[in-house]
Amino acid sequence: MSTIKLRAKESKGVVTVKAIIKHPMETGQRKNKKTGEKIPAHFIQQVICKANNDEVITINWGPAVSKNPYLTFAYMGSKGDMIDLTWEDNQGNKDSLQGEVK
Amino acid sequence: MRSYLHKFLLILLFINVTAFASPEEDQKLFRDHFENRFPNTEFSDYKNGVYSIDASSREQWESIEDFPPYELNIDQGEELFNQPFKNGNTYATCFENSGIAVRQNYPYFDESTNQVMTLELAINNCRKRNGEKPLSYYKGGPMADISAYMAYTSRGNKFDVKIPNSQEALDAYEAGKKLYFTKVGQLNFSCADCHVYQTGSKLRADIPSPGIGHSTHFPAYRSGAGRLVTLHERFAGCLNRVRAKPFRAQNEEYRNLEYFISYMSNGLEINGPGSRK
Amino acid sequence: MNRRNFLKNSLMTAATITTFAGLIIKPKRLYAAWPKTSFGITDLNDSINSVYGHNNLSESSEVMLKAPDIAENGAIVPLNVKTKLKNVESIMIFVENNPQPLSSGYNLSSRSVPTVGTRIKMGNTSKVIAAVKSNGKIYTASKEVKVTIGGCGG
Repeated sequence: MSTIKLRAKESKGVVTVKAIIKHPMETGQRKNKKTGEKIPAHFIQQVICKANNDEVITINWGPAVSKNPYLTFAYMGSKGDMIDLTWEDNQGNKDSLQGEVK
Repeated sequence: MRSYLHKFLLILLFINVTAFASPEEDQKLFRDHFENRFPNTEFSDYKNGVYSIDASSREQWESIEDFPPYELNIDQGEELFNQPFKNGNTYATCFENSGIAVRQNYPYFDESTNQVMTLELAINNCRKRNGEKPLSYYKGGPMADISAYMAYTSRGNKFDVKIPNSQEALDAYEAGKKLYFTKVGQLNFSCADCHVYQTGSKLRADIPSPGIGHSTHFPAYRSGAGRLVTLHERFAGCLNRVRAKPFRAQNEEYRNLEYFISYMSNGLEINGPGSRK
Repeated sequence: MNRRNFLKNSLMTAATITTFAGLIIKPKRLYAAWPKTSFGITDLNDSINSVYGHNNLSESSEVMLKAPDIAENGAIVPLNVKTKLKNVESIMIFVENNPQPLSSGYNLSSRSVPTVGTRIKMGNTSKVIAAVKSNGKIYTASKEVKVTIGGCGG
């Protein structure tokens, strides 16, 4: 199951992309209540979106972004554009999802 | 003057001195109270809890609901719901209509066992009958995901909780009502203190939500917890907050409580899962 | 070598060659690494400095920051930034009283429409600053967002 839910809609030449990503976005400051030890930082650092293989935006995130993070942005495009959204976190994990602009 | 009369009548509701209040009469009193307190709120909007009575938090909530985190849980719940048990059966075999669009039928009074049956208990009963271990009602996880999926398929359907004409059913309803109005804990609050008498006012920076519509939108994705919370986990949370010892999820006390509050929410649409703070 | 490195290398090579030839071609998109230093800085002014190399910000009504007056819950605070300014290179969102003020940065492309949104965690009441880089200058809008302690959060 993908970690990404993607929505991309075009209107008047502008494509609005919205996404939710399943991710703990752990800051590294919280302590495990039982052991007292800090829970290691685990957060998405970069999200890159392409439309028809053209990079449209690069998003840099810090751990202050909420858990199961949401993002939205827009670019000039058309219905049928193929969106590719890829994320990578500080522990080297990544995932991506493709979707067509409606 | 009118509000004092209502408060008096609500106290009578609790004391139940005579056959004064039948469930239908309780329901009317309950609704009248909220109608008086929030004259600008449409009845159907109570399914949105505090957002039906507070504009500024509503705006933030609507922003989150535009693309809510619980969509991940619904997808997960759907996958879990469709996954066969080890014996090859699925959840669909345990429920009417294959388990789709049935949330509004719970809780109901099961006359064969003389107990209130809730949806989440039914999910675990289904597992038990099919040789699977029960799922926890706490801390999100698969139970909350499945419950969220089943709520989601039921959106728009209205609660129509029935109280059959038996002493046992009435007793269950009355037990739920009694718990609702009983002050508990070190802070000595009842559910009614916050959700009936003080709904709409401020509890530090929180606004207690009205007592009708609570069970329409659970399980709730709570921002603070960053996960789904089931209704009974929320009951336990509230009791913890008033420094009372909580009951265990799906114990008789909570099922009766759910029976009472859902009956009070008859006519409201299921809109779970919901985003909450 | 993966595709991204290949692309990066070929762009770098192209840039080097064309610069060498005396032509300046700005690549449509230059991949940049995650700005580790900026995300680690704890002081707002130092944070801004580390992103832009200076602290010359101009408040502008052309930058619109949408944020709640009182956050319903500090764990999920919805924010939106948009601007009418042209040639927007980037949008940064700083939260003054967060442990590290830089919360997120959005590096746009020539196809971008300058509007972004996200949800962030805020530990305390704080000024939130949206900074837009347009034609080399930094324009800002800010808003104080109150973060409160609930009563029955549980």
